[in-house]
Amino acid sequence: MNSSQTRLTLILLLSPFLLWLGLLVIIPHIDMFFLSIREKVAPRTYETSLANYAEFFTEPFYWNTLARTAFMSILATVLTLIIAFPVAYYIAKMLRGKTKSILFLLCLLPFWVSELVRTFGWMILLRETGVISSSLQWLGLIDGPIEFLYNDVTVMMGLIYTSMLFMVVPLVSTLDSLDDSLIEAGYDLGGSKLSILKEIVIPHSMPGIISGCIVVFMLTLGNYLTPILLGGKSSMWFTGQIYTQFITRFNWELGAAFCFLLLIVSSTIVWLGLKLSGQTLASTVAKS
Amino acid sequence: MSCDLECQHLVKQFDKFTAVDDVSFSIPKGSFFSILGPSGCGKTTLLRMIAGFYEPTSGDIKIKGKSVLSTPPNKRPVNLVFQHLALFPMMSVAENIAYGLRRRKVAKAEIDQRVKDSLERIGLPDAGSKRIDQLSGGQKQRIAIARCMILNPSVLLLDEPLGALDLKLREHMKVELKQLQSQFDTTFVYITHDQSEALVMSDQVAVMNHGRFEQVGTPQELYYEPQTPFVADFVGESNHWEATVSVQDSQRTTLTTTSGLSIQTQTTSNLEIGQTVNIYLRPESITLGQEQTTADNQLQASVKSVLFDGAKSRAIMTNNDAEEIIVSLPQTGEFSDLKAGDKLSLSWRADIAKVFTNQA
Amino acid sequence: MLPTIPRSNRYNWSYQLYIFLFFVYLIAPLVVVASFAFNDSLFPSLPWKGFTWDWFINDTQPKLGLFHDRSLMNGIGVSFFVACCVTGLSIAIGTSNAFLFERYEFRFKQFAYILLLLPLVIPGVILGISILVFSNTLANGVEDHIGWDLEFLRPGLLLVVLGQFAFITTIATLVISARLKKFDRSLEEAAYNLGASRFEVLRTITLPYLRPAMLGAGVVAFLMSFENFNTTLMLVGSDAPLTIAMYDRLKEGSTPVLNAVSLFLMLGSALLALISILVQKEK
Ligand SMILES: Nc1ncnc2c1ncn2[C@@H]1O[C@H](COP(=O)(O)OP(=O)(O)OP(=O)(O)O)[C@@H](O)[C@H]1O
Ligand SMILES: [Mg+2]
Repeated sequence: MNSSQTRLTLILLLSPFLLWLGLLVIIPHIDMFFLSIREKVAPRTYETSLANYAEFFTEPFYWNTLARTAFMSILATVLTLIIAFPVAYYIAKMLRGKTKSILFLLCLLPFWVSELVRTFGWMILLRETGVISSSLQWLGLIDGPIEFLYNDVTVMMGLIYTSMLFMVVPLVSTLDSLDDSLIEAGYDLGGSKLSILKEIVIPHSMPGIISGCIVVFMLTLGNYLTPILLGGKSSMWFTGQIYTQFITRFNWELGAAFCFLLLIVSSTIVWLGLKLSGQTLASTVAKS
Repeated sequence: MSCDLECQHLVKQFDKFTAVDDVSFSIPKGSFFSILGPSGCGKTTLLRMIAGFYEPTSGDIKIKGKSVLSTPPNKRPVNLVFQHLALFPMMSVAENIAYGLRRRKVAKAEIDQRVKDSLERIGLPDAGSKRIDQLSGGQKQRIAIARCMILNPSVLLLDEPLGALDLKLREHMKVELKQLQSQFDTTFVYITHDQSEALVMSDQVAVMNHGRFEQVGTPQELYYEPQTPFVADFVGESNHWEATVSVQDSQRTTLTTTSGLSIQTQTTSNLEIGQTVNIYLRPESITLGQEQTTADNQLQASVKSVLFDGAKSRAIMTNNDAEEIIVSLPQTGEFSDLKAGDKLSLSWRADIAKVFTNQA
Repeated sequence: MLPTIPRSNRYNWSYQLYIFLFFVYLIAPLVVVASFAFNDSLFPSLPWKGFTWDWFINDTQPKLGLFHDRSLMNGIGVSFFVACCVTGLSIAIGTSNAFLFERYEFRFKQFAYILLLLPLVIPGVILGISILVFSNTLANGVEDHIGWDLEFLRPGLLLVVLGQFAFITTIATLVISARLKKFDRSLEEAAYNLGASRFEVLRTITLPYLRPAMLGAGVVAFLMSFENFNTTLMLVGSDAPLTIAMYDRLKEGSTPVLNAVSLFLMLGSALLALISILVQKEK
């Protein structure tokens, strides 16, 4: 293939890539950035200023919401990891053959169902007139109906539920690659369950843990549906706040500033996580 | 003499590195030509230039007398059997063989007929509907060749096609390839780093090293008359010693190796007293056992160890702690109970050892 | 810690109980959604009033079944249309991107690869909003300067398609690249050597090899588009795709018709899953 032909094909392949990313991702974000740094001083006249960002920091409700969202996301990530690890270990190391692949596919099941449907399922289970409340009354364990929805524990549970897949899959694949004989050797040399877990299994599965955590964290932070539906009006989720600014209040400037604040918080925490673990974004995100 | 393929002063450089360095040769019609050389010497690069996948840095390639440098690979009358065969896994055997004909827009009925003929020719008449992964290694080999031969190329290029096969099958395929070649009566250019493949199958062999051809000749010429130390070393096995010229007359030259073994060789014009030379002596040219008063070289040696390898068994001998000499053991039964410490007499003819001056 | 290593019974038992509870947690909401689609009651809740198909086929209020519910059926149609557009677009661009990243060297390739992954990192809500903002800027700019009102730049199906396409393309690219990476280049050279033109090589060798990955990426793309909520919510106009229609209905207070449509979605997904498994088998 001669070089001018190569150049031509390269340009032919590069242009859809650049058009797609440029027009749909990069330029919109740049535009949104400019929107976030302008301030309405009079009808249809604007000035460049950081007023929108200043408003975020002066209004405690806003930054409380962001801090709360970030904190809950980190907590959800840690809990997801703790819950998923034994399951992933069971699938990867305790099972063989058909059962193994069936259980693994079962873990992927929620992914095949819309998040809306899943959340709807939890609402049917947990609301005042829901399945759990009625069952408990029927069993005589409680006297009146109980509302399980609209509290932080429920939101947390819903977030963990949604994220589970993205934790289990990378964990199973790294644990799968751990040679059984390493565990056997650990036993042979007199290790206890705990020490083998700490010194062999967890160090080996670190890449999977990191990539799972990062993906789960990003997804949780950007989640909208679960906190809004399970947490209700008082859920104080930052994406909900963004939606309010844009759609309800029609204050696009402030909303755009919020978007950037969320992106900054998200990338800072992800960057810290990557730095601490010595991995790259490409290796983690591309895997899932 | 009509030549199917002719290369003139071919050079290929990758950045600063010269992979093929001024190679010229021509191959007569219908012959089996092998290029033999160690890994990384530039064989594949040379072949890919002939096939058109690389553009030569300089030089010319002629097929049937016409330069093909400006012809793209899909139009050149040469076909290539790839190192790992490159059979298309998403097609059946018959579709694989028909691929080239379909590209030439040959009529369906004719394609079917020719594919059928070709499958019969390679002895796999029922394999047409099979998938590639249902074939054995040797069958794949034949399909890959049939896929090229159905296009009647002027030259068929084969890049170490036996490399992926196991030893037994390789021995078998050597014979079969040679038969296929005479059946199709097409020029084969065969690349290998296995000297036995080259020697068994070829009419002509080129020995390649560091991008250059060291010697081109029949297998016998390469074996008996190596022109360079590299060829002497690479084709067949040799004892190799460094020595200096100590005595010389019109018939005989006496060489003394670094540890004091003295060896008689035939006098050649280019040697002077005191010069350092390299001596190559094949283990199988040494006669073991009886005292032979007529032999030019004669010495007593003791067995250091026996390397049993069936027909290729050898013994390592030493002579008063001087040079080690590797000797082939004829499997006539005579030496079957040879063991370390046994003493034997060794002898060989003066003209059988090859001597090269250092700068050669 | 391995099945071959003996463990105490209690340990075994509690580990298996944990796994069991985990799967109950995983599946419970799905089972509940599906089963209440058949409850002969106006609310998707206990008590169980008996089995019925009404929520699929009944044609009168208040028990209007799914197949007669105009807005939900319309939502399915819209979602289907959007998903088809997004799937087609993202497979096309995904394939082209895969070739770009696997076959060519260019300056800033590393950087471009990071950019490629960006849409997966940006939350869907923000991705949707940014496109909304940009298209609005464009539309207003055109209106102010030329005086045309470009209707297609206002929230609506085109923006929904573009918004979903923005991030689904990345996924398609990753899936197709993974297979292209495994491709043996000598197959292409062999075809070329046998007389095929560059285009024929692509058509007869490379694309057939990529087909399972393209189909797989297509299934994933279709599903993600059909199920997408976050990005769509920001860009939707008057034609509501199914998830948005369901969400509106959910806020009003739901009847089991929502369960019916959910079940319908699950069956659709199962069908797609089956297709993708068959495709996997093929390669
Ligand atoms: N595309 C390339 N760019 C740079 N160097 C190359 C390229 N292709 C081959 N080379 C170099 O050229 C030399 C010859 O390579 P070639 O593949 O021709 O060897 P070979 O004789 O076929 O070896 P083998 O027996 O291992 O296949 C090698 O040192 C290799 O590193
Ligand atoms: Mg090679």
